[in-house]
Amino acid sequence: MSDIPDLECRSISKSFDTFKAVRDVSFSVPQGTFFSILGPSGCGKTTLLRMIAGFQKPSGGDLLIKGKSVLDVPPNKRPVSMVFQHLALFPMMNIGANVGFGLRQRGVNKTDVTKQVERVLERVGLGGVADRPVSSLSGGQKQRVAIARCMVLEPDVLLLDEPLGALDLKLREHMKVELKQLQSEFNTTFVYITHDQSEALVMSDQIAVMNHGVFEQVGTAKELYYEPNTAFVAGFVGEANRFGATVDGKTGDAVHMVTSYGQTLLGLNAGHGLSKGDKIDVFVRPEAVRLSRKSSDVAGMENSGQGLVENVLFNGANSQLILRDQMTGAEMNVALPQTGEFRDLKRGDVISFGWASQQTRCYRAGIEK
Amino acid sequence: MSSDRSKLAFWLLMAPLLIWLVTLIILPHVGMFLVSLREKVGVREYETSFANYAVFFNEPLYWNTFARTAYMSIASTVLTLLIGFPIAYYIAKLTRGRTKTTLFLMCLIPFWVSELVRTFGWMILLRETGVISNVLQYLGLIGGPVEMLYNDAAIMTGLVYTSMLFMVVPLITTLDSLDDSLIEAGYDLGASGFSILREIVIPHAMPGIVSGCIVVFMLSLGNYLTPILLGGKDSLWFTGLIYSQFITRFNWELGSAFGFLLLGLSSLIVFVGLKLSRQSLGKTMAQ
Amino acid sequence: MITGIPQSTGFKWAYKAYVTLFFIYLALPLATVCVFAFNDSVFPSLPWEGFTWAWFFGNDAPYIGVFHERPILRSIVTSGIVAFWVSLLAVFVGTCNAFLFVRHEFRGKGFLYILMLLPLIIPGIILGISILVFSSSAANFLEDATGLWFDGLRPGLILVVLGQFSFITTFATLVISARLQKFDPSLEEAALNLGATHWGAVRAVTLPFLFPAMAAAGVVAVLMSFENFNTTLMLVGSDAPLTITMFDRLKLGSTPVLNAVSLLLIVVSALLGLASLLLQKRED
Ligand SMILES: Nc1ncnc2c1ncn2[C@@H]1O[C@H](COP(=O)(O)OP(=O)(O)OP(=O)(O)O)[C@@H](O)[C@H]1O
Ligand SMILES: [Mg+2]
Repeated sequence: MSDIPDLECRSISKSFDTFKAVRDVSFSVPQGTFFSILGPSGCGKTTLLRMIAGFQKPSGGDLLIKGKSVLDVPPNKRPVSMVFQHLALFPMMNIGANVGFGLRQRGVNKTDVTKQVERVLERVGLGGVADRPVSSLSGGQKQRVAIARCMVLEPDVLLLDEPLGALDLKLREHMKVELKQLQSEFNTTFVYITHDQSEALVMSDQIAVMNHGVFEQVGTAKELYYEPNTAFVAGFVGEANRFGATVDGKTGDAVHMVTSYGQTLLGLNAGHGLSKGDKIDVFVRPEAVRLSRKSSDVAGMENSGQGLVENVLFNGANSQLILRDQMTGAEMNVALPQTGEFRDLKRGDVISFGWASQQTRCYRAGIEK
Repeated sequence: MSSDRSKLAFWLLMAPLLIWLVTLIILPHVGMFLVSLREKVGVREYETSFANYAVFFNEPLYWNTFARTAYMSIASTVLTLLIGFPIAYYIAKLTRGRTKTTLFLMCLIPFWVSELVRTFGWMILLRETGVISNVLQYLGLIGGPVEMLYNDAAIMTGLVYTSMLFMVVPLITTLDSLDDSLIEAGYDLGASGFSILREIVIPHAMPGIVSGCIVVFMLSLGNYLTPILLGGKDSLWFTGLIYSQFITRFNWELGSAFGFLLLGLSSLIVFVGLKLSRQSLGKTMAQ
Repeated sequence: MITGIPQSTGFKWAYKAYVTLFFIYLALPLATVCVFAFNDSVFPSLPWEGFTWAWFFGNDAPYIGVFHERPILRSIVTSGIVAFWVSLLAVFVGTCNAFLFVRHEFRGKGFLYILMLLPLIIPGIILGISILVFSSSAANFLEDATGLWFDGLRPGLILVVLGQFSFITTFATLVISARLQKFDPSLEEAALNLGATHWGAVRAVTLPFLFPAMAAAGVVAVLMSFENFNTTLMLVGSDAPLTITMFDRLKLGSTPVLNAVSLLLIVVSALLGLASLLLQKRED
């Protein structure tokens, strides 16, 4: 429809006394997007979300919803709704009263409230429960009621603060899919906070990786996974082996290096402006490493070696090998494909491995704390 | 052997409890009830009858005093609630850390001091030659000395003061347990401060409100010092009647009947309060 | 603490002002009492005649200070004796009750628990008269039957102690039970396992654990006993505790010596109250 994003933050910051919880964060979220903010605990996610909801006043910057600044709009007048971390369903009201709460505040008449509440409850798959107490619902159903309570108000943006955090693992897996479905069904802009990367990767159209109050990178799940811009993102999104190394030479984007174990590797300059002698951090994903019983299979790859199997960590589809390079003694985690080929692999075996230079991402060391 | 031993231990623990409850609580009250049913017909001659209760209902002074004590107590309960609630909310929800502890302690300290001292303080403040009268004269707001003691307002001031703690503490406890995110969720969904108070805060604080009100009502009803000292000789408080029947008139039969009526009213209020709020005595009193 | 709810500054100021007024209201009577203990005048009222210690240490009429007023000193001693016995009895019975209610399951437990709580909801004056009526009938009966005197059952210090004990025990029970509930029984089992006798284990492990709560209950009992008025009023004999003496004085008309006594009471109560809080805090 229009090019105006639903939500736009312009170098927004927040300080508590001398501590800067959020620093100059800018981003915009187009209509209908599932936008996630992913970051470790204490990086400022909640603070950012509470500024958008209006519960905290930014120390600087501007905040626009549908192109209009909302800095001076109190939280009970902002066209955003929030799903709280522990849902904050009102225990003193039944489900219907919870969902109808916002409508009643707007002065909608009783029969309309009842009708709209029933309609939205049906949309989240909970028709006919309006008269029951909140405590009679399961964890996942409470989740849906909390979302229905916001969606009935047709907010421009729905904010969600780790809403799956309190659920057990199984239910969390299930709710991931369900949340995504609800979002596309309502076609509302979601801003979703989490420290769980799989939640972010599965559900989001766009993900912002946040650390120490700044956005390290904004992109799609694939971009973050394959092309992390910073060492922090490379380490935080997905799994990675991490080496310390020194640059030995450069050809274009290709970096020649010697690791602290004395291994010489060929990698990709993913950061900026490396030159000979620089200390770097190198990231290789376990699933990017190819295994073979024959050394000829991996001979063509830029980086290869022979490894002694130190340990087999069997975990179904997520099984891993811990290898020790026979030449240098460096330790490496490698994903173990469950095709049957390596089923009888055991401790003490020797196996060949190799990976491409494209999958060896180098960043200047010491930038990230 | 071990079971004999533990039986012995059990009865050794049970003995003090039973002696205490039976000799100091149960028997005295049964005894008082029996005395209230005695009618003096001659020297050291008694008959069982409801005559003492009949006297109460036939003498307007008595039941007027009873009714007055009851509604003044209700009024003081309501006033205490209205004054105490914003304070409890402030301490529970708008302060934290050291400020919170300090304010809480400041609420507690006056109540560790004897009620007599507190009432004495109000007497010094309120009487004709008292501080407030003097200050008002000095400011030129009044022409001559004003007696502010010995009226209902003075009694009310004293009762509210004396009961405040028992309202504020349970309120702070329940309000403290109200999750802040519920209030924020209310705002987020577009509610005004008033509807948050009405639909979220007060329903949540109801147990505290009920237990506070019950305790304050009971304390006001059974109070003797405050009405006598601040209300004067004619304060018409029911405990005053009981005292005079026992100590000045030496009419223990009528005094006991009065005592039982007061006990009945206070138990009734506790019972109704607990039923209305669906709480148990144990939980309410533990606060 | 809620930080995120925007309020108009006017409202915030009004709220703050209200809270301030409230605390002034709380402090005013006590502050007044204290200030007038130092007024160099025979009435505890304005005008301010200058500062004096006479109401504490004075020895020339009419300026007889607290420390030279025989009747007041005597009643303080009386109160002390009463408080001592009340707190001793209440802590003892309270501890037994705590063990009974926390450690034992038996028929009628719920009923006994409610009975145990009852003294909290019986107005003090009624507790007083019921004990007065009962003990007097008992004394009459016993004297008729035996021809001996039973003065202990007539109004006097013994009845005052019993009357106060009758409701203070409930508080002691609640405070001590709360602590005992937090006790991990496996500690006692460990002691038994190491060869202690049953009573030995309780004495070596459980009672030391309970001690802070018992001390706090004792302090609370002293505090409540010292300031009790209603129950005491009905049971008092010729030796009056402090509150009764002060009440009689107050009815006759007050002099600043009452302020001086009150000031001492305020200081001692505040200290005792804080002590009981600290004791209970140390528990966790
Ligand atoms: N009101 C406050 N006063 C002072 N510091 C605060 C306040 N609120 C948050 N902080 C600090 O700001 C930082 C970011 O907090 P925030 O709650 O935004 O983290 P988060 O990313 O949501 O973490 P989590 O995943 O644990 O919820 C933290 O270090 C926190 O201690
Ligand atoms: Mg958070």
